[in-house]
Parts: sequence; structure tokens; C-alpha cells
Amino acid sequence: MKYKPKLVAFVGICTALAMILAYIEVLLPPLFPAIPGIKMGLPNIIILFLLYKRGPFFAAIVSVIRIVLISMLFGNMISFLYSIAGGILSLLIMILLRRLRCFSTVGVSVAGGVAHNIGQILMAMLLLETAELGFYLVVLIITGTISGILIGLCSAILIKRIPENILKI
Amino acid sequence: MKKASHKTIRNDIILVLSLLLIASIGLFYLFVLRDTGDTVKVTIGGENYGTYSLSKDIAKDIISGKNNEHHNLLIIKNGKVYIKSASCPDGLCVKHKPIFRDGESIVCLPNQVVVTISQNPKDNIVDAIA
Repeated sequence: MKYKPKLVAFVGICTALAMILAYIEVLLPPLFPAIPGIKMGLPNIIILFLLYKRGPFFAAIVSVIRIVLISMLFGNMISFLYSIAGGILSLLIMILLRRLRCFSTVGVSVAGGVAHNIGQILMAMLLLETAELGFYLVVLIITGTISGILIGLCSAILIKRIPENILKI
Repeated sequence: MKKASHKTIRNDIILVLSLLLIASIGLFYLFVLRDTGDTVKVTIGGENYGTYSLSKDIAKDIISGKNNEHHNLLIIKNGKVYIKSASCPDGLCVKHKPIFRDGESIVCLPNQVVVTISQNPKDNIVDAIA
């Protein structure tokens, strides 16, 4: 592939946006105050937007770079493993559902959110060598669905409103 | 941009409802069908650390990490288990509500500590540490 500075800049801006959303998310009051540690997944707005406007390649590359950078800056090896497991599973599911074209943005987002949580649970089962995380799975399916709906609605607005011509690379 | 048709919205609703249905079946199973457990099992990174009785009130500091630098203070009181304090940065295990049902667990990801309640333990209920 030919080296395109504009393309690199575009990926950089999107990654920065996704990272800052991950930071803002921590500052916001929790969506589910009763259950600690549940995040909404604001960066997924960017990933969804890219998936719809620029295709799976951009969505995947921004998602992976974001996870690697966030883990290097604020996390450790274990937090990286959890993020990457969730990130990749949710990415695969969202790309698949986007291809099928039988769900709207909200459906894709909900599936992605739940897949992200399931990916993390699977990684936890692998790392902790325990299969008794059923309670977390149930809770995370519910929270993933609710936050998936919200993220999906946000992304739908963005996808509709942001004009095509400012995304020209 | 193509507008979302009725069909895709219908599919979305089916997806959301089926996920919530799965979750509510899970919740029903977890909270209604399951009995109270009687043993507390602690593992660190998948390795057995200790087994305690749920009926006896104790306070036990679970030491973990390569140089014993991490700890989680496990409290068993009135047939319920909770973590009182921990060295992990997020402290999610401390905020977790007390557990007592069979199969419930408290997980501390940074310290790799898993506390699980079980009912009919395969191994005997002898305190493995004390």
C-alpha cells in the first residue's frame, strides 16, 4: 500500500478521539452506580462510526491501536489482555453483523457491547482458571445491552450528521 | 446514508429482547433456584489457597503476589463473605456485596484472587492453612 500521510493523520485523529473518550468515561458518573467497574464503552462510538463510514479495516486498526496505547499508558499486561480479548471479540461480531446488514447501528452496537463483555469474561476464565463467573456474565449481558443501545443511538446520530466530504482521505 | 428500515429496527428489538431474556433466565437461576452454600474456597491464579467454613466467623488476610506484596482481607461473618480491605488499585472486590449463595464469587483481578462459595465440597472441609 502506498504511504498516504492523510490516511495516517486520519487514523491518528480517530485513535486520539477514542482514547480521550475512554478518559472522559472514567470522569463521568457511572451509568450503573450499583455495580462498580462497569463502563459504557464510549470509544465504541468512534469504532462504530468508522465501521460504517470507512469500513472494517479502519475500525479494526483504530480499535487495536487504542487498546495497545491505553494499556501502555495507564494499564499493565493483565489489563491489556482483558481489553484486547473484549476488543477483538466485539470487533469481529460488529464487522459480521454489519456485513449481514439486517441490524441497524443500535443492534450492531448492542451485539458489540455484549461481545466485549463476554470476551473479557472468557479471558478472566482463562487467566484465573475458574469457570465460576456466571454471575458476572449475567450482569454484564444486561449492562452491555443497555449501554450498547445508548452508544448505538449516539453513533447513529454521528453517522447521519457528519458530512461525507470532511472524511475524504 | 440509507435510513434504518422497519425490518432492521425489528431485528434490533428481537436482539435486545433475546439478550435480556437470556439474562433474566440467568438471574432467575442465580437468585431463586440456588441454595445457600456452606464452604468458602479461595484460589490465587487458579491455585488452591484455602477452604473455610461459612458458618464460622473468621477474618483472614489472603497474601498473594510474587513477594507477598498483595493482600485481601477476607471476612466471614453471620454466614456471609466479603472483602474488607485490599491492596488492589481498583478495590472492586471491596465494593462487592457480601456473598453467601452456592456458586457466588468475589473476584479480585489485580491480585488474581477468587473467592467462591460452594455447597458440597469434594475435598474435606478442613482448614487448609490454620
